[in-house]
Amino acid sequence: MNNAQSSSDRIPINLRTEALEQLLVERGLVDPQVMDTFIKTYEKDVGPLNGAQVVAKAWTDPEFKQRLLDDGTGAVAELGFKGPQGEHLVVVENSSAVHNVVVCTLCSCYPWPLLGLPPAWYKDPAYRSRVVREPRTVLNEMGLELPKDTEITVWDSSSEVRFFVLPQRPSDTEKFSEAELAALVTRDAMVGVAQVSA
Amino acid sequence: MTEIQPASGVADMGGDSGWGQAPIIDPDEAVFPEKWEGRAFALALLSMRLSGSNLDAFRHAMNRLDREHYIDDGYYGRWLYGAENLLLDSAIIAPGAVEARAANIAGGDVDEPPAPESTKPDYAPTAAGSIRQIDAPRKFTVGQRVRAKTMNAPGHTRLQKYTQGHIGTVTIAEPAQVLPDTHAHFIAENAQWVYTVSFDSRELFQENAENFTLNTDLYEDYLEAAS
Repeated sequence: MNNAQSSSDRIPINLRTEALEQLLVERGLVDPQVMDTFIKTYEKDVGPLNGAQVVAKAWTDPEFKQRLLDDGTGAVAELGFKGPQGEHLVVVENSSAVHNVVVCTLCSCYPWPLLGLPPAWYKDPAYRSRVVREPRTVLNEMGLELPKDTEITVWDSSSEVRFFVLPQRPSDTEKFSEAELAALVTRDAMVGVAQVSA
Repeated sequence: MTEIQPASGVADMGGDSGWGQAPIIDPDEAVFPEKWEGRAFALALLSMRLSGSNLDAFRHAMNRLDREHYIDDGYYGRWLYGAENLLLDSAIIAPGAVEARAANIAGGDVDEPPAPESTKPDYAPTAAGSIRQIDAPRKFTVGQRVRAKTMNAPGHTRLQKYTQGHIGTVTIAEPAQVLPDTHAHFIAENAQWVYTVSFDSRELFQENAENFTLNTDLYEDYLEAAS
């Protein structure tokens, strides 16, 4: 894999995946049902709906919000959210003064227990390379135009700390229930490339 | 276990230009748009265990990939190639076995190499995960000025090249964690304090750079006091 292979004689990746699975399964090293369980877990159970619940609770419960900002890992564990890629969570709050946006330039580290597996845009080399150099331009290209006087803070994950953005609660949502608020919260707002709107 | 192999450099792309326009967001994107991506994801997680390696070794197994293997088949493509590297390193699969099997699935009739005698690393973590309790005092405190060292790591590192040589301020004292640079190569955990360091964009790039703050969580070994 360290040797260059021209793309013309490359094995199609789906075939290559099937070949490796066969080799490991027939020797009893891998159980395809365990593979199915991993896949289903991240397709069905662990995704951005978890993070949206955390955000809605923080918007409606000031004491929870304070715990979330002081000890993100402990606060989300109260709601049952923990697991791989969630060992230590730092939650950062967006306001009209400061806008936070998260990246992992070195791979694509992402807070799995709250957001599931990362979307394509987060893994895109253009996002990984450029958001640490020209975040305002990148956010503009992705459809988020921030006021000129809003400060931008970019968080680049290097260690096993995982960063999570608490978006701003949209105006005119005072009467919304926690569940109604959670339904407004998008994955992209919890990484900081979008804002929540009502 | 094999000798330390260098990263190709492609993964350490922070601050690079030449990668084009920012991506378009697809709010309805499937978790695994293609079936093989889910299979590759699961195979990679299981390969870490099978090969007796760890998450840091897996990240380095991807960082060793040349640009084509790292980029062309996307995120789960590099997961698959990285998993194969781990399985080859620990001789769980033989060189050429995947290629031969793929050829046979595609209707070919080629000999497949026999399964080798495995050579897993003689190394085990002291606990699950990456966070550790340590007694050593912290070298740095919140508010202190620090410089990201200029390091030419022979193998794995999480110190991005765009931060190296630059001065920032410690803003968060993070928990102690195993050091990827040695853990990835089965040398030692070297559990140590981690700090989130805050850099001014104009310190990292040039005077006319966009004005923003860059925070990144760096291991104690990556940092030195700056005046």
